[in-house]
Amino acid sequence: MKRVITGNQAVAYGVILSRVDVVSAYPITPQTTIVEELSELIASGRLKTRFLKVESEHSAMAALIGASTGGVRCFTATSSHGLAYMHEMLHWASGARLPIVMVNVNRAIGPPWNIWSDQSDSLSQRDTGWIQLYCENNQEVLDTILQAYLIAEKVKLPVMVVLDAFVLSHTSEPVEVPSMEEVDSFLPPFCPDYPIDTQEPRAYSVITMPEHFMEFRYKIQKAMEEVPDVSKKVDDEFRSRFGRGYGAIERYGKEEAEVLLMTSGTVTSTSRTVIRKLNEDGLSVAGLKIKRFRPFPSEEIYGAIKGAKKLAVIDRNLSAGVGGIFAQELRASLYPREERPQVFGFVSGLGGRDITPELIEEAIQYTVEHPQPEGDILWLGLKK
Amino acid sequence: MIEIRFHGRGGQGAVVASKVLAVAFFHEGLYVQSFPAFGVERRGAPVMAFLRVDREPIQLRVNIYKPDHIIVLDPTLIGAVDVTSGLKPNGWILINSGHPPETFNDLKDFRIATVDATSIAIRNGLGSRTNPIVNTAILGAFSKASGLVGIDSIALSIREETPGKKNENAKAAREAYNEVKL
Repeated sequence: MKRVITGNQAVAYGVILSRVDVVSAYPITPQTTIVEELSELIASGRLKTRFLKVESEHSAMAALIGASTGGVRCFTATSSHGLAYMHEMLHWASGARLPIVMVNVNRAIGPPWNIWSDQSDSLSQRDTGWIQLYCENNQEVLDTILQAYLIAEKVKLPVMVVLDAFVLSHTSEPVEVPSMEEVDSFLPPFCPDYPIDTQEPRAYSVITMPEHFMEFRYKIQKAMEEVPDVSKKVDDEFRSRFGRGYGAIERYGKEEAEVLLMTSGTVTSTSRTVIRKLNEDGLSVAGLKIKRFRPFPSEEIYGAIKGAKKLAVIDRNLSAGVGGIFAQELRASLYPREERPQVFGFVSGLGGRDITPELIEEAIQYTVEHPQPEGDILWLGLKK
Repeated sequence: MIEIRFHGRGGQGAVVASKVLAVAFFHEGLYVQSFPAFGVERRGAPVMAFLRVDREPIQLRVNIYKPDHIIVLDPTLIGAVDVTSGLKPNGWILINSGHPPETFNDLKDFRIATVDATSIAIRNGLGSRTNPIVNTAILGAFSKASGLVGIDSIALSIREETPGKKNENAKAAREAYNEVKL
């Protein structure tokens, strides 16, 4: 059934349809309405999920680590400072191989104080061993939650589903909400290998000497390497059942284009309108959407950029001292390749500044006109 | 694509109005996108909300800078904020006011409609006398003035989207539909 709902409501529907057993969360704008919606349903008895009230995001993740170890499906949502506060527990969730799904609504980290969209929060957790999936519209948000549990439980790694503050979280648009029966047949109940069992007691996450620790990390890397295949199968299955699929990346626009624009999140959505218009005007340019950031889709990207001479990247984030993080990852993944298009790393839209069609077109025109970028960081829409 | 901007004060229901209108257009088979101004709103402070409507799925995800039409829930905002900022020529400005459209001569470059949504809301027991909830009434007036969306779709959407007094809210919209001055 199609309903006009916000991105945060789409998250809540995804959680309900996934039959999540335990939710634990602490409020923070712009995530709060996700947990408000879920807690109201739970308080009224309409949702049989257990809600654990906690005093912080660190405790929310710690509670889920306990619940997930106990063998149940878990969910939390946070943003910005809340995610940063969880940092230690994020490592624990992946290290303990727990398939927890979390939503992070992208928001800048202060100071200066700011509640608006900026990917610096989720991207500064890139080394915590979580799979990261970015969404461009509310339908993708709901669908990605459903897929995330299946992927997480197959590879035994936690998944962070990421959506832009306000531009999705508080924006209402039509979303196809699948029925419980449809989702049940796609997403089976969670069956952990080693749940806590009082009849068969075990110790979890005990001290591990140097002679074994490295192999634990190696196995996490191997699990990450399974993600491209596993998530493709999950996505194909989802597409066959629901008629929608996303891939780790998506190329759109002119097929033979030598200039590509790489984006993530809602910037992709607006970029589609810009690239369509430029193609109609006769400019040969294409777009490249990056949905999966971790594991970084190097192979998929390399396959999609054959023949490209220049890659423009718009990053709504900044790793101070280097530049945009997507551009940085792209450069690193291209270095060992034979074909290495010139990377133009634009940084724009920090702290929720609008990334307008005009700015996107400016980035594309700059890339078309310049044989190489005039620096590692190209500031887009900066007031000088 | 049609782009609409709502001006109100925190607590008047401008954000809900943009959602109710979105759902009304949605019921007529159109794609919609509604969102509040992404700020930190306080009760009584000027607020904005936005709505896009199109025959195609809406991929543009930026603020609305050049609206086709404007809906003003509180006439004291005119002059206090630049309500016509970016408004396209020939766009409608629908104002919650008991005065006729000619009163707002400063805005004469645009098409002006007025409706006494405050009186209609009070008459239907929506909100209090000092803080009436005018957001549903004004949508009935928008249906008539703009001709873009049917009053039955508005009434249906009101029933679905308002938390209480569904009949009174729907009745207020129909009364405003009949009473709007063009």
